[in-house]
Amino acid sequence: MTAVLTIRQAGPLMTVQDLGRPGHLAEGLSPGGAMDRVALIEAAALLGLDTPAAAIEMAGLGGQFVTDAPIRFALTGARMQALIDDAPLRWNATHTLHPGQVLTIGGARDGTYGYLTPAGGITGEPVLGSVAAHLSIGLGAALKDGETLPIGPDPSPDRPQMTLPQDDRMGGGLLRLMPGPQTDRFDEQTRARLAATRFHRSPRASRTGLPLRHEGDPFAMIDPAAPISDFILSGDLQITGDGSPFLMLAECQTVGGYPRIGSVIATDLARAAQAPVTAPLQFAWITTEEADALHVPPARMLDDLSAKVRPLIRDPARMRDLLSYQLIGGVTAGRELEPSS
Amino acid sequence: MPDPDVPNDTQIAPLGQDGVLVRFGDGATAHPAKARSFGATVRGAGLDGIGEVATSLASTLVRFDPRAVSRATVEVHLRALLATPREIAATESRLWTIPASFGGDDGPQLADAAGLADLSPEAAIAEIAETELSVLTIGFAPGQPYLGHLPERWDLPRQTDLTPRVPEGALVVALRQIVLFANPSPTGWRQVGRTAFRPFRPDRAEPFALRAGDRIRFSPVDARTLRDLGQAPDGLGGAICEGEA
Repeated sequence: MTAVLTIRQAGPLMTVQDLGRPGHLAEGLSPGGAMDRVALIEAAALLGLDTPAAAIEMAGLGGQFVTDAPIRFALTGARMQALIDDAPLRWNATHTLHPGQVLTIGGARDGTYGYLTPAGGITGEPVLGSVAAHLSIGLGAALKDGETLPIGPDPSPDRPQMTLPQDDRMGGGLLRLMPGPQTDRFDEQTRARLAATRFHRSPRASRTGLPLRHEGDPFAMIDPAAPISDFILSGDLQITGDGSPFLMLAECQTVGGYPRIGSVIATDLARAAQAPVTAPLQFAWITTEEADALHVPPARMLDDLSAKVRPLIRDPARMRDLLSYQLIGGVTAGRELEPSS
Repeated sequence: MPDPDVPNDTQIAPLGQDGVLVRFGDGATAHPAKARSFGATVRGAGLDGIGEVATSLASTLVRFDPRAVSRATVEVHLRALLATPREIAATESRLWTIPASFGGDDGPQLADAAGLADLSPEAAIAEIAETELSVLTIGFAPGQPYLGHLPERWDLPRQTDLTPRVPEGALVVALRQIVLFANPSPTGWRQVGRTAFRPFRPDRAEPFALRAGDRIRFSPVDARTLRDLGQAPDGLGGAICEGEA
């Protein structure tokens, strides 16, 4: 069964995102897609999907949603306050929204990007194989109040509610950096200083990437003559003309002329994208061999996460409406599956 | 360890966990024909585990599936291909004539750039219009061309500071090249003019209008004419393409 999800109220930067449009670098198109790809894969593991589905990405703040048919969905990524009508919802878990109910998602409590993934995915007219909005090139746009989104059929509507443990990627931390084609344009001292410096994302960060701020001297190349424009990939750490680093993310350009001191490995990009303005970020150099050994293809990540998914057990300490439950009547023991409505 | 058979002005470097970048030349000069022909060679070789192969101004990017093949194996194959002589095929290319408005609001840094090239603004416009450029590569944004080369005197450095935003269609110069911006964007290059040409339109039969190797001429028009050309529904801004392949 399909459904239509209506956005009653949209947060300031909500977009439809999937894994983007890989394979178009020669035509100047960066893949785009979800800023935190791990969150899409977590949603697929929770919902029991074979491949990640198109989701609503919510930067900083969610919105209000209603539906015309039951929608099973997962909440992943940055933890946000979430309610169906008045009942609070567990993050990193699956739930069902029924017609007549209102799903309200508030501000992020940690991290930056939260994800609402319907089990049937958001369908619609794909452009070059994807329904993702790519804001920097004007493909698609931020979602607006009153907009409706078509939802595909749920492949396993009877799957019980599931949950996944939260990992530690929301609070900044260490980003592992591998060498790239222009690393040797920076001397050893500059490369060491980069790894010894504490950075914060600038509030000007966007889906294109993170300008990073630090205290201290700018980072300079050995030879100030900039190299000729060359390929840029998501994860590349560019040193701009003023000597400050800029971490390329989903909607970055495909080539550029400022040198890249190294590349943050794909495994750590979700941590980079999620770091709030207040969370410190640091770089740690690793060798190419170490980086290659850390490569995790999305299919394996989905298998690994699927193995960690557990049925959702209600924790009495988190039940706001505890008094309305019959705790002594023998009907509920406080350890049942959360009611689906 | 450099391989004795691989030309020593060619570097092989990692680019991310699933990429190998083969770079031609000293890092400061464009070699688009070398990059394109090597890209075609890699695609034609049908190596196992190779995914996307893309070419840029001076390099060929080869992406691989680390589950299927190791970086070391990919590099061995690429070295072997580099050591094999290749012919750089000359292909019939198309010629585009694209109307452009220079100076004023459409090119706020024309006088600045012309001064650095030791030309008056009028002479700078004339020199740009007289030069037949070629699409060196497509990149930065979808369909967006890097065009070259202008005469030597146009070997301008980038600005130290970024211009926060140039509009779509902007023509910016640096390093003897012109970029025609597909979208509003920050840039370190200087804006000398503007076109109503949209290199990428997802709703067009050919979403990406230009191909690497196409030849380009700019024909100067006034700002008002350019605004009118912007009404063209195909988003080509009055551009004419000869020699459709």
